[in-house]
Amino acid sequence: MAHGPAKGFTRWLYTTNHKDIGSMYLWFSFAMFLLGGVFALVIRAELFEPGLQIVEPEFFNQMTTMHGLVMVFGAVMPAFVGLANWMIPMMVGAPDMALPRMNNWSFWILPFAFMMMISTLFMDGGGPNFGWTFYAPLSTTYAPPSVTFFIFAVHIMGASSIMGAINIIATIFNMRAPGMTLMKMPLFVWTWLITAYLLIAVMPVLAGVVTMMLMDIHFGTSFFDAAGGGDPVLFQHVFWFFGHPEVYIMILPAFGIVSAIIPTFARKPLFGYSSMVYATASIAFLSFIVWAHHMFTVGMPIAGELFFMYATMLIAVPTGVKVFNWVTTMFRGSMTFETPMLFSIAFVILFTIGGFSGLMLAIAPADFQYHDTYFVVAHFHYVLVPGAIFSITAGVYYWLPKWCGNMYNETMGKTQFWLAFIGLNVTFFPMHFVGLAGMQRRVPDYNQFFADFNMISSCGAFLFGAAQIMLLYNVIATIRGGKKATAEVWDNPEGLEWTVPSPAPYHTFTTPPEVK
Amino acid sequence: MKEFWQKNSTPAICAKLGVTVVVMFVFAIFIMPPLYDLFCDVTGLNGKTGDAVSIDKANSFGIDTSRTINVQFLATNNENMPWDFRPQVSSVTVHPGEPTVINYVAKNTTVNDMVGQAVPSLVPFKAANYFHKTECFCFNQQPLKAGKTTELGLSFIIDVDIPKYIKTITLSYTLFDITQTTTPKLAAIN
Repeated sequence: MAHGPAKGFTRWLYTTNHKDIGSMYLWFSFAMFLLGGVFALVIRAELFEPGLQIVEPEFFNQMTTMHGLVMVFGAVMPAFVGLANWMIPMMVGAPDMALPRMNNWSFWILPFAFMMMISTLFMDGGGPNFGWTFYAPLSTTYAPPSVTFFIFAVHIMGASSIMGAINIIATIFNMRAPGMTLMKMPLFVWTWLITAYLLIAVMPVLAGVVTMMLMDIHFGTSFFDAAGGGDPVLFQHVFWFFGHPEVYIMILPAFGIVSAIIPTFARKPLFGYSSMVYATASIAFLSFIVWAHHMFTVGMPIAGELFFMYATMLIAVPTGVKVFNWVTTMFRGSMTFETPMLFSIAFVILFTIGGFSGLMLAIAPADFQYHDTYFVVAHFHYVLVPGAIFSITAGVYYWLPKWCGNMYNETMGKTQFWLAFIGLNVTFFPMHFVGLAGMQRRVPDYNQFFADFNMISSCGAFLFGAAQIMLLYNVIATIRGGKKATAEVWDNPEGLEWTVPSPAPYHTFTTPPEVK
Repeated sequence: MKEFWQKNSTPAICAKLGVTVVVMFVFAIFIMPPLYDLFCDVTGLNGKTGDAVSIDKANSFGIDTSRTINVQFLATNNENMPWDFRPQVSSVTVHPGEPTVINYVAKNTTVNDMVGQAVPSLVPFKAANYFHKTECFCFNQQPLKAGKTTELGLSFIIDVDIPKYIKTITLSYTLFDITQTTTPKLAAIN
């Protein structure tokens, strides 16, 4: 039974080991994160000054679109799946994922999907230029010819996510060690279980909406074409029925990571474990009935505006429960501020800021002013960058010693945190102001009036980008050497993953652990 | 040893989840669009005005002479539609229940035979379900030979039950060029 990994490249091609696949997901997502970051820096370089300097407006549109698509589907989602692959079997005391071969497949189709999508940038007419939300008819009647490749790429990404989600649900239901009841599972496992259900429910809707686009473009249907009796607004409804649960897919696992890290460094058990579980489930449920708050300006009856406004505001309640639980966990704890903890505290503070700007956007009458401005950009970057990216970074620092057996460089980690923290706020905070003043998103030029704030944003973006190179360096340096980590790594952390040696052996829990 | 962990059957879970995936895909393509159309029909959302109403039914309303409603007509060409397209009158004042006929005029200004399709939209949305058309050019495709002009008729009647606060109704037609999509079909018919 006890044997190590195979040798050579085929180890990675044929592997069914959850740790190998988790690592591949994480490396892939980091590569996509850097690529999406480069796209973002092209955008920020163009917006450094008013006027058109660096890129053509058409290319600018492709950059905004590809930045969004690559970050959402290439960076954030695979990173969470990677963490799930690495950690969930170890957290529930399972030897591997329930469906290891499907696991291999769901990873290996991803690079091809993204190669296909990124290759559109080099095709005639350029890549997708209609925004990551690909509203019809921009993405049908007026789309570049490469849109078909984009559609197939999205189909493959969707298939990969669905297979990943099925695998995670089967693992959690079938592979738990004896005694690991549902309400004893770590919150990261719980949040992923709920996320996986969201994926199962909405990824097919995404596949459906791109299929309808495909049929409108090539097979003469008129789902979204008014001339044939269709309606472009239908696209927005179907898309956001997928899109709103999707944003929770990108944040719920983050809640789980932070709920693991904060108790460790506050040296107190997590406050309100069961309320955390119920809050996560409530958020997931509410995510299905708020989609139209993305489209208040599209023309809705007043009753619809009111319903979606209040339902959206309701989400603040379970989210507030979570934030207060994290704060209460830290309260009177004997806290230390290692890198994962710094990222987690920043997560709590900055995610709350993003949540508040979300509440402002939820107010239907006010949204008519904010809609499609940089205020929206500021809002969703405040929830996604400190939300998803910071929590993933925190998780990587937290579990890296377990993965590779070496401690990372704490000074470099803290430096990276402060660079990223400052870079992020310098980039995105001014966007609130220019947005409220009326600067539109997705436009390569802007009024002179917005010049100063945009210059500040661009400087912050390059600082934030530099911080990520530091993360890459720190991770590689840690893998290649460094102080040996103990099995526990941290000061009495909770969870089965800390009962196995560091680095975690290639096969863990071949006999199930005893869970009390 | 393996049975030790297996609480349920993995294939059964996968089958259930797989069925959910297929159901959601079918839901998105085959249920959501008709559901949306139905929803718009019931609420008048998007100002879609519905199908033709028979003249007999329309005449059975009676006329409410105690009030008048101003009906305005708009014409818009969708992008790349070169025809001249406009209403003959910009607005009429009618009583609820009073049958009215007006005309739009379209001229194909190009040297090619073309086919157009007009799509109506009406505001306020609340009025959409009280605006009945007994005849409308928007029910049909409009083939028009190169350089020809045609009158496009519209007969309508406003429901006497229309809410009192509605004083003005604006009816807009957008004309789409559907020559590309219909030509193969027309060729097949000929």
